[in-house]
Amino acid sequence: MIEKFKWIYDNRHEYVRKWKEKHPDRKTMGYICTSMPEEIIYAANVLPVRILGGHESQNISQQHMTGMFCPFSRDVLAQGLLGKYDYLDAIGTTHTCQHIFQAYESWVLHKNIKNFYIPTPNTSQTPHALPYMRGQLKLFMEKVEKWIGRTISENDLWRGIELVDTTRRLMKHIYETRKSEIPPISGLDSMLMVVASQMSDKEEFNKILEEVINNELSGHKAKEKPGIRLMLVGSEHDDVKFIEMVENLDAIIVIDDHCTGSRYFWNTTEQDTDALTAIAKRYLKKPPCPTRDFPARNRTAHIVNLAREWNVAGVIEVQQKFCDPHELDKVAVSKALEKAGFPILNLEADVIMPVGPFRIRVEAFLEMLGSEELF
Amino acid sequence: MAKYKAEPLKCWKKAKELRNEVYDQIAKARDKGKMIVAGGTESAISLPAGFDMEFFGGEPYVAGCAFMGKNDSGKYMKYFEAAEAAKFPRDLCACMRLSIGSLLCNSYAFGGVYPKPAFNLQTHICDSQGKWYQIMSEMEDVPYNALDFIPYEWEVENESEESKNLKHKYLKDQMLDIIDWMEDITGKKYNDEKFINALNWECESSSLWAQCCILNRNIPAVMDEKMMHSLYVIAALMRHKEASVKFYKELLYELKDRAERGIAALADERLRLLFDGMPPWHSLEIYRYMEEFGGVSIGSSFSFGVSGGWAYDSKQDTRIPAKPPIEAGVELKTRENACSWYAKWLLETNTVLRSLRFSGRGKNRHILDLARKWRADGVLIHLNRGCEGTAMGQMEIRSFLAENDIPVITFEGNHADVRDFDLPRTQATISTFMETLGLSKLKK
Repeated sequence: MIEKFKWIYDNRHEYVRKWKEKHPDRKTMGYICTSMPEEIIYAANVLPVRILGGHESQNISQQHMTGMFCPFSRDVLAQGLLGKYDYLDAIGTTHTCQHIFQAYESWVLHKNIKNFYIPTPNTSQTPHALPYMRGQLKLFMEKVEKWIGRTISENDLWRGIELVDTTRRLMKHIYETRKSEIPPISGLDSMLMVVASQMSDKEEFNKILEEVINNELSGHKAKEKPGIRLMLVGSEHDDVKFIEMVENLDAIIVIDDHCTGSRYFWNTTEQDTDALTAIAKRYLKKPPCPTRDFPARNRTAHIVNLAREWNVAGVIEVQQKFCDPHELDKVAVSKALEKAGFPILNLEADVIMPVGPFRIRVEAFLEMLGSEELF
Repeated sequence: MAKYKAEPLKCWKKAKELRNEVYDQIAKARDKGKMIVAGGTESAISLPAGFDMEFFGGEPYVAGCAFMGKNDSGKYMKYFEAAEAAKFPRDLCACMRLSIGSLLCNSYAFGGVYPKPAFNLQTHICDSQGKWYQIMSEMEDVPYNALDFIPYEWEVENESEESKNLKHKYLKDQMLDIIDWMEDITGKKYNDEKFINALNWECESSSLWAQCCILNRNIPAVMDEKMMHSLYVIAALMRHKEASVKFYKELLYELKDRAERGIAALADERLRLLFDGMPPWHSLEIYRYMEEFGGVSIGSSFSFGVSGGWAYDSKQDTRIPAKPPIEAGVELKTRENACSWYAKWLLETNTVLRSLRFSGRGKNRHILDLARKWRADGVLIHLNRGCEGTAMGQMEIRSFLAENDIPVITFEGNHADVRDFDLPRTQATISTFMETLGLSKLKK
């Protein structure tokens, strides 16, 4: 079943089109940032679909966004303008970084599509963020209700929460297995798993995850000799060729801090309040990305903890070129990791990764990690 | 013979004096035992005014560094190099890099050591701004706080009142918390009366600057944009002070007089240009270059909006100078109602803060409105590699203006980092634009 992760990733559009054929009475909503409350979308019986780039060169976004915006946001917009997601019934986003928001705005400006924007808070560190976030989620829910033509009940919301939380629990379980000396699943398959979970119906996907956990992990070795244990951090990163290249060397990726990785599913929902408050709280408590991490910078401690718990030897930071939020955190994250004894390799990514030159740099990094101290 | 009569501004000297006084007071604050509070200049500058303090605003300081770098590039380049040596990438916010560099070099561009603040207070108006003073605080080892700021959407989006109320309450409640936090970290008693006075002056200054901008609809323009940069900076630096209100009253009086008498900023005004984005502070001579063709930059979304308080008038579908509390018939009496007013003022009246977050249809229409109301013959867009916020929506604006028959041209640069700016190429772009608009250089 692990191979299904890759199939969904490679055939994301075909998957949703077929899903729509199977569910002609249900709608789909694309979203860009993983702070979009999927629970509410599932509660409305709508399928949320993560929109990602295509990793192909393009020139269609240039007339809509300046070249100094990150390649990911430009790639996302290109996907929309090229009509790759024309099967979607709506798109939505939360208050996210400026580049992603520009991609969303230009998409909405040029494609006649129903759109939903949730002005979520930038920080979770003030107690006032929770009532504010809950209020905005309520307004979003009301707009969705109007769109689908029916109300969303408290029970619907809890059903949505349970569905999405199940995916989170199952994926976290799989991530836990990567702590073992010989992980049963590679970094590449783990990344494909997370991204596939964002692009498919969680009702179906949870069954795949359960099968993987029950039948495929026990006794399985992702690599006979895993080699050096690595962590991946940085901005959005779902480049298959790059991860494949790293793991074809004497290394394995065992943990990450990414929105196409652990950050997406790390925490589940506390069930001690009404459903909307519970959802708001869950998103405010999720591991922050740099845009949501202030006034205090909390994410460095979380990253160092992950590196320790998954016992990595080094960290590769892959950051999208021109990604200001991650560039703004890069110095602090590198310092914190180095201080904790984790060497870091910083790489700057574009839509298409220069795998050749990066291979040389990763090889040198691994050589450094693998070498014994001479003096 | 020149087309119009031109005169230098009488207020010019006063503006320079006030600006220099601010920087001088910041430099001397520590020796006088006075507290320095630092942050982005678009932060809620009146909030810390409940204490005796000097506010050290980042962006005007950096603009000053870049401008002074023209004649003395040594110090200016050293700041950039220090930030780069500390591994901050070159494509990041140029304001932030210069500011970090100045701190790392422990050097104040106006002389002496870097004026270390007691704490930093920022408003999260864009992702870079939120992080800028987080980084500074870590380096300075001083407390940091930031207001999470989510502006109202542009009117065309029809944002619900419920959503606006949520944003307003969210910001107001944070402001009240920050006052308690400032008392905690400084151990000083906060003076509500001082805060309320500062807020009244801030709103009045911003409203007065908006009124000054309206006068530039006049043909010939009473101010050119290069001049405006030296005028709105007073509000950027010290809009929370009474001296700022006095200055803008004086300026408004003088501008009205110029308009009545037909006094021009540029005697040879033949073409009116609107600018979009921040200017290249290191290369302000581009404005003089336009003037060689008879082109006058009559302002920009930035120079109108960064210090201006603008209210939306739904009847006319345009923006007009916002009414400060007293003019609106509101007496601010308590900390709570002052914070409530302040939150609404920031969410509603600052068009630059709004456009750093939202572009789309709203910003397109806003720029078109400026171009039409200020009778611009063309628009120059500065694709600024040093500021992600002002870059929001610029390419869409370009297409939208062209679709609405407004001639428009873009040029790439950086407002603070001269290494990203090609002056001859920019001048060539301006020449081409002028020629397409039927203008050639005026004979000297």
